[in-house]
Amino acid sequence: MASGRGATVELREVTKRYGDTLAVDRLSFTAPAGRITVLIGPSGCGKTTSLRMVNRLIEPTSGEILIDGQNVLTEDPTQLRRRIGYVIQQVGLFPHRTIGQNVATVPELLGWPKARVHARVDELLSLIGFDPTRMRDRYPAQLSGGERQRVGVARALAAEPPVMLMDEPFGAVDPIVRERLQNEFLQLQRAQGITVIFVTHDIDEAIKLGDRVAMMRSGKLVQFAPPAELLAHPADDFVARFVGSDRGLKRLALLTVGGAVLDPPVDPARVDGAPVLSPAMSLRDALAEMLSSEAQVGMVRDGDKYLGVLTLSHIGRLLRTEDSR
Amino acid sequence: MTPGEPLIRWDWVASHVGDIGQRVGEHLELTVIAVVVGFLIAFVLSLLALRVPALYGPITWTTGILYTIPSLALFALLIPYTGLSLLSAEIGLVSYTLLILIRNIVAGVRGVPAEVREAARGMGYTDREIFWRTELPLALAVIFAGVRVATITTIGLVTVTALIGQGGMGYFILLGIQLFFSTALIVGALGSVVLAVLADGSLVLVQRALTPWTRGG
Repeated sequence: MASGRGATVELREVTKRYGDTLAVDRLSFTAPAGRITVLIGPSGCGKTTSLRMVNRLIEPTSGEILIDGQNVLTEDPTQLRRRIGYVIQQVGLFPHRTIGQNVATVPELLGWPKARVHARVDELLSLIGFDPTRMRDRYPAQLSGGERQRVGVARALAAEPPVMLMDEPFGAVDPIVRERLQNEFLQLQRAQGITVIFVTHDIDEAIKLGDRVAMMRSGKLVQFAPPAELLAHPADDFVARFVGSDRGLKRLALLTVGGAVLDPPVDPARVDGAPVLSPAMSLRDALAEMLSSEAQVGMVRDGDKYLGVLTLSHIGRLLRTEDSR
Repeated sequence: MTPGEPLIRWDWVASHVGDIGQRVGEHLELTVIAVVVGFLIAFVLSLLALRVPALYGPITWTTGILYTIPSLALFALLIPYTGLSLLSAEIGLVSYTLLILIRNIVAGVRGVPAEVREAARGMGYTDREIFWRTELPLALAVIFAGVRVATITTIGLVTVTALIGQGGMGYFILLGIQLFFSTALIVGALGSVVLAVLADGSLVLVQRALTPWTRGG
């Protein structure tokens, strides 16, 4: 149930100068409402600086930042920050306040009535998979890293902000927990319909989470595109190197079995040991299963319906046609 | 000490219970005033040092000098100005609390993790809210450590103020020295130590009640 309260965030010629250094150089892009826009690039490329200018933790030297058409630079920074969610890698939960009190931070700053704050806290704790009665009164020190990160996201969502800024939020947890947090976050973001600007240096995370990816280098925007586009048509050598020589494989993660041309169904006995694939499966996972089987092909089934056979050459063809598109 | 005299004459102690109680009260009063006033002054100076970091050096330098003046000399120096008064005693006692309190308040606030401050700012806390709602509560454990040391030190120093007519348990110590009377000497010294131990224990309990998040679980 997308509530559709995400706002459009537009950066126009935003520049940040420290002395003689240009940290961010005439950066312009539009983060579409209700979508995740990922800022990515090597260390020092200006991605975090750009993010922190949106809620004015850093003041731009010049340029404009608009949230639903309203220039944030004309607003009181404190009031502005109360209506923008903010999540950082180290989370920064308040160690002296309980989980419930942490989540209630911004609603309390905004002066919500007690009953509404309480209801919202319980709603959010449930939303991140916590039992409110069990977790509400615990202190952050009693939680695991992954749990703390979840609470950080809940705290940022508490006052129903139209925009959320996230700075490498899943960078400090182990890969298994990270993947789970990413999946949960995607679900949450889709359900809440919130606009997210997300900073990472991890290209796989950018591809997985981003509806748009803004690739930055030395303070400049190098390419702004959906992830599939970035992988298929890197704007230059820098982007191509950054996304990696395995970008073809990475693209497979974004394509599904259902999008490929299939051979007509054959007798399952003739493709003995072939894995059964579903149309919703990513081509990357399908390829992995096919390669590890004797048959080197996969039988595509949609429930009871046998749709056809996927072969390695079909996958190759799909990548090439997407390339020349 | 008179030969044949026991170390402690319990009959003397029993007949002076009222007197001892009164001196204990005095001792506590002198201590509480010194620590409370010292804390207020230290707090203001710490705020100053936190806001203008360049002042931290001069402030600790000055209070450090105060701290190193021998207490006996300090009280003697004060007599021409403030006489044999409570004020003289408190000026001295308060001076000795400042260094430790300022150091701990400043260290406590500076020790608050950067990410907590960053998150607070990012969520729309004003500078004032960041200080009162996050930095100060999180600094409490370190601040309390300072208050404990300051309190124990003050309880010890109060005995010296007996020389300028104050002194709580110091009165008995002085009496014991003047009369070569070991019972009074022991009552005064031991009483002061017991007070220090009890005060420290109470402060630990108060700190636990004020900082429930520091208890593991």
